[in-house]
Amino acid sequence: MTTKIYIPRDSSAIGMGADMLAERVTRVAQSKNKDIQVVRNGSRGLLWMEPLLEVETESGRIGFSNVSCDDVDDLVHSDFSESGVSSKNIGLVDEVPYLKNQERLCFARNGITDPVSIKDYIEHGGFKGLRRAMELDSRSIVDVVTESGLRGRGGAAFPTGIKWNTVLNCEAKQKYIVCNADEGDSGTFSDRMTMEGDPFALIEGMSISAFAVGATKGYLYLRSEYPHAEEVFNEALRIARAEGYLGKDICGSKRDFDIELRRAAGAYICGEETSLLESLEGKRGLVRAKPPLPAISGLFGQPTVVNNVITFSSVPFILSNGADAYKDYGMGRSTGTLPIQLAGNIRQGGLVEKAFGITLNELLYDFGGGSASGKPIRTVQIGGPLGAYIPEKDFNLKLDYETFAAAGAMIGHGGIVVFDETVNMASMARFAMEFCAIESCGKCTPCRIGSTRGMETIDKIISGENRSANAELIETLCDTMLHGSLCALGGMIPFPVLSAIKHFPEDFCLEPHATKAAA
Amino acid sequence: MANTDYEAVVSGALEKHANTEGGLLPILHEIQDALGYIPSGAVDRIGKTINRSLAEVHGVISFYHHFRTHKPGKHIIQVCRSEACQAMGAVDVIDNLKNELEIDFHETTPDGKITLEPIYCLGHCACAPAIMVDGVPKAKMSSEQMIGIVDELRTPKNDD
Repeated sequence: MTTKIYIPRDSSAIGMGADMLAERVTRVAQSKNKDIQVVRNGSRGLLWMEPLLEVETESGRIGFSNVSCDDVDDLVHSDFSESGVSSKNIGLVDEVPYLKNQERLCFARNGITDPVSIKDYIEHGGFKGLRRAMELDSRSIVDVVTESGLRGRGGAAFPTGIKWNTVLNCEAKQKYIVCNADEGDSGTFSDRMTMEGDPFALIEGMSISAFAVGATKGYLYLRSEYPHAEEVFNEALRIARAEGYLGKDICGSKRDFDIELRRAAGAYICGEETSLLESLEGKRGLVRAKPPLPAISGLFGQPTVVNNVITFSSVPFILSNGADAYKDYGMGRSTGTLPIQLAGNIRQGGLVEKAFGITLNELLYDFGGGSASGKPIRTVQIGGPLGAYIPEKDFNLKLDYETFAAAGAMIGHGGIVVFDETVNMASMARFAMEFCAIESCGKCTPCRIGSTRGMETIDKIISGENRSANAELIETLCDTMLHGSLCALGGMIPFPVLSAIKHFPEDFCLEPHATKAAA
Repeated sequence: MANTDYEAVVSGALEKHANTEGGLLPILHEIQDALGYIPSGAVDRIGKTINRSLAEVHGVISFYHHFRTHKPGKHIIQVCRSEACQAMGAVDVIDNLKNELEIDFHETTPDGKITLEPIYCLGHCACAPAIMVDGVPKAKMSSEQMIGIVDELRTPKNDD
């Protein structure tokens, strides 16, 4: 009987050697006449275990973590039994607490299926949401999504149903669905994992959105830093078209919709929706003033839904299981689940999908197992380069959009970057300004010039030049950037800078509470 | 590469995407994928074909970090500078790499072999520090591993 072996094609797994491993397993098994089939699945999100090799058995899938090419001979020799490389055997993968304690709605299939097998996708519940949407009229689809309370997962947390409703209510010859896959925030990779590990879920979510608002054309704006996601997603698009899930008269619904993948070109600012639209139109990614909202006048001046990858991939569950099933998860106005990404200096980095309401402590210590270095965790940055640095005293914060906002922080796209006690926060504050200077689109003066002046001023503080006066200057500058920038780049880069000064003044050789930021 | 060779690439890209809505980025990608950069001599022709001014086309090329205006080295090492990689020691790893190559970001070694570029996140933030070598991701990099990769790229078998 053929033994099924799973080795991820996720690019982080490839970074840890998964391609070489898959090749070696195939070669050694062939030379020993072993009857095996290697499936290149997505990643389970247990990224510290990559490459994670799984073997299908009667009792379930058995895993071997951090498998190297040197282990292959022993694995093949033992017929991939648990005794093979026993030190790396983790038993049944589904029973690993890190996985078992999650609530996976978006990531239900990731790591389990072959990402480009539409048969696998359907066998694991795929296209149920789309089938349900085909039974409903546009208004009813929008109502279900509104009722679910789903909010945009790209960072802004705007209610998805309200956005879709605006587009639905617009009269236009052409409407567009645009998926923002320009996942530029450091510490985030859930979009990448979705596109590499479960691309049909994104196609399904975008299609449902198209049916809801009456759009026939969709774009996936994908960052150029993700060549593997591009390869998998393009393959998924071809298969979906061939199987009638994209194109004319989708599954006999008399509705048309197709998606084109557009590669971005390495500009962080193009993750901002109006800048993204400019880029899709073939221009420099300069931020547009709002209004008009993209929902009313978006791509090529037409009504456009712009949502993040995870927003779209959350939709199939909502349609197939109902708004109430989704609303059962979460707290307050943060309904449903969030695929959280544990990154940086963390022992068990990876993807944790949980209902809103989980605390940072639970994420960092119960799931993450503390820092990778073994040293105490000093701070975390949540929400990418524009997110505030959160000190340990606030690790009891519950993940909830409103709770975070009240604490001067943001959840953003759900990436948590962990730093141990060796971090120098003055360097991190300087980097925030430097990053803003590199990535500013240049439209607003406070962002374009202020970021460079901010970098210089932090340098002065670091070198001991008029420390308290320069600290005050930084605050004034941040205030100007915050209020004088059109978009979140210039408007939010003050958060990491000011939070670093506020919570870690010693790293700037400043007296605690000497500045307004500490008030 | 001689001019005549890049002309064919540019023609192909224009033919394929001249009628694509908002197709300037796809055109530029097509050219850079084939040549490794956008030759300055191609800019005017791109503009004329898609009815955009030379300034507009140049403006787009210069806006996006991904597009190069000079031929890169034979191999391209892209290193992530972002926070998650910094939290795992990327700053030291990058400094050591620059010292080993004796070049800074956006530069190519004098022998034309290796170009070094910064990247702001490769999405391997749980396996930091991360780099990409000629499109192949490499995660959890130490300075020693990085120098090993450079040595490998410098060996004659990668020199053809």
